Amino acid sequence: MTNKIYSDADSALEGISSGATIMFGGFASAGSPSNLILALKRRGTRHLIGIANNIGLGDKLDELCEAQQIRKMIASFAIRATGTRQSLFEQQYRRGEVELELVPQGTLAERMRAAGAGIPGFYTPTGVGTVIAEGKEVKSFDGLDYLLERALTADFALIKADTADRLGNLTYHGTGRNFNPVMATAARTVIVEVGRIVEPGDLDPELVVTPGLYVDRIVRCDPIPIRWHA
Amino acid sequence: MALTRELIALRIARELHDGMSVNLGIGLPTLVSNFLPSGIHVMLQAENGVLGYGAVREDEFDSDYINAGGQPVSILPGACFFDSAQSFAMIRGGHLDVSVLGGLQVSAAGDLANWLVPSRGGGSIGGAMDLAAGARRLIVAMEHSTSKGEPKVLDRCTYPLTAERSVDLVVTDLAVISVESDGLLLREVAPGHSAADIQRITGAMLRIAPDLHEIQL
Repeated sequence: MTNKIYSDADSALEGISSGATIMFGGFASAGSPSNLILALKRRGTRHLIGIANNIGLGDKLDELCEAQQIRKMIASFAIRATGTRQSLFEQQYRRGEVELELVPQGTLAERMRAAGAGIPGFYTPTGVGTVIAEGKEVKSFDGLDYLLERALTADFALIKADTADRLGNLTYHGTGRNFNPVMATAARTVIVEVGRIVEPGDLDPELVVTPGLYVDRIVRCDPIPIRWHA
Repeated sequence: MALTRELIALRIARELHDGMSVNLGIGLPTLVSNFLPSGIHVMLQAENGVLGYGAVREDEFDSDYINAGGQPVSILPGACFFDSAQSFAMIRGGHLDVSVLGGLQVSAAGDLANWLVPSRGGGSIGGAMDLAAGARRLIVAMEHSTSKGEPKVLDRCTYPLTAERSVDLVVTDLAVISVESDGLLLREVAPGHSAADIQRITGAMLRIAPDLHEIQL
């Protein structure tokens, strides 16, 4: 049986090199693989293309912008429409130093789900008649228009789960689930940080959310506490 | 008298019936959850993967129990969690009864613009486009005019669109307007206002409902 367990976050990132496309799980404060992100920051790998729901003020992902490690983000939420405080990413974006591809959140999720499911393209009503439709094929089904969207894959996925068994079966906690299970299917190498690793048989098969075959590397980390401010 | 944000939320809450599943967008729509009529059971769905969340709670912050705005919320008996692909299948597949979104502009045809203000040079989409595209019934909550007094209900939106022809009802601080196949219908006015008052500050033609009345609060 392959040993998927790594002793620390830094070694779990082996093979991530310049220019890699990396998916990052998480939605706002929930389910973000913070330890893996900080390890990536320590690693210093640059010219990264990041795929995530959000990269905003206070998000761990934004710390990767301190040393300008990210050259492009694919995200649903990156720029605030209101307010004066800006994340590092937004500041770099407004200066033209980084690229941003804004994708509607549902389309982002479905592009990754499709990739993991062997579906190269699909039609969605989301974005018809908006800037999102620019350059995309439109097809009509039963009198309604839909946009053709393509599957989205990555070299690596850094995800956060609650518990893993040694085979990589994963369970999640609350809204910390979000994009993590989807990304687990859509990247070539999937690295998960968990608070707990158990033995095969400790997880009820009825409750496993991510089957272990999707997961390549497991590292146990203490979660980084999050303070919430309104 | 213009409605406060809370009163707009209260008026919208009256559109919700027992047994409905509802998505409340970030911002003003979130307040609707504070005004759900007692005795009716409504399931709140958050795009980030929960059906059955409750009030915002500030006592015990579990960072894994948040709504789409990142606020910590209570999780009610009968709730369930799911991933983002499943969440948007629920949303896009038209399985939710009502979506409530904030608005920057709404057009006479029911187009919605709510994600980017051109003068600010940026904005984010989040789940808004999917919510608008998939909604069985879409209610927009917004002020009737901008802070500069410009109309937000218009013949055609000038801001980048969130979705075309998706809005069913607009509730503002001054009026309740429904989007019909032949244009906008003014149904209710804020206390002390006439239909003419509302038409004056609206950038599109309003038909007046035969039973036009004041918003009952």
